[in-house]
Amino acid sequence: MDAIKFVQEQNDQGTKLPDFRPGDNVIVSYRIREGEKERIQDFRGDVLQISGEGLTKTFTVRKMSSGVGVERIFPLNSPLIAELKVTKRGKVRRAKLFYLRGLVGKKARIKERTFRGK
Amino acid sequence: MNGIIGKKIGMTSIFDDKGRNVACTVVEAGPCVVTQVKNEDTDGYSAIQIGYGEAKEKNTSNQMLGHFDAAKTTPKRKVMEFRNFDALEKSLGDTITVDEIFAEGDKIAAVGTTKGKGFQGVVKRHNFRGVNDATHGQHNRQRAPGSIGAASYPAKVFKGMRMAGRTGGNRVTVRGLEVLKVYPEKNLILVKGAVPGHKGGFVILEK
Repeated sequence: MDAIKFVQEQNDQGTKLPDFRPGDNVIVSYRIREGEKERIQDFRGDVLQISGEGLTKTFTVRKMSSGVGVERIFPLNSPLIAELKVTKRGKVRRAKLFYLRGLVGKKARIKERTFRGK
Repeated sequence: MNGIIGKKIGMTSIFDDKGRNVACTVVEAGPCVVTQVKNEDTDGYSAIQIGYGEAKEKNTSNQMLGHFDAAKTTPKRKVMEFRNFDALEKSLGDTITVDEIFAEGDKIAAVGTTKGKGFQGVVKRHNFRGVNDATHGQHNRQRAPGSIGAASYPAKVFKGMRMAGRTGGNRVTVRGLEVLKVYPEKNLILVKGAVPGHKGGFVILEK
């Protein structure tokens, strides 16, 4: 196990994303290469889960695209993620929000986490 | 054939220069000790015998203890021979490390013993398709092999007919694996893709 940790540390390219949690609404800017050209595609949705550890950590983002739920799994340490913006902090009571898959419309909303002043 | 004996540590994934997530296996390869050198004159062929992994003295036979003494080394758990080991001039008692044999980008073969799966049916063992339907008269036949031959002619089941039985635990060679990274300070080598066997199992890497 130590050896695997060592390998992961050696290969960490140091991509640093801002802190986010399941339930947050995020915009992931992902680099897409088409032939020679490279462009950036945004994927906006709610974070369903963060899973794995170390270099193989991933997170799942779910969005509704014209009435159809679309989920995408991103490697957290991928150098192809150009930017991650947290647009909304969600208030949720569990780490894996799979129950959202069965909900649509108003029921699928996530309460916003509000921060009171000091 | 140049090679080294190692131990499978486990799998992980790294990102390559194009940002792709590449699955890879971490193998602790070596350091190995040369326990015997064979040549044309005395043995009729040229080969090198290397040992890997520390063994307890009480678990090593007296014959092997003498053999290791001759090479002035401690008892090793795994000993094997590589024919025509031409990478380097090595003599008795020398150590061989990963970086002496493998470099980044090399295509190598990995030999290991696959995970034992016990007594398995034909679907898992021989990739039979089974029955794709759970209804239409299927009661308990979904994973059955079906017919194993005709009737009074040939009146026997042909040898080699694929049936259920012990699965896994075979010696398997996987060729064409790429070396992604070599870490000589920790005796580690990173191989692209999967390597046969369970974690902690012996793996032979050949070039």
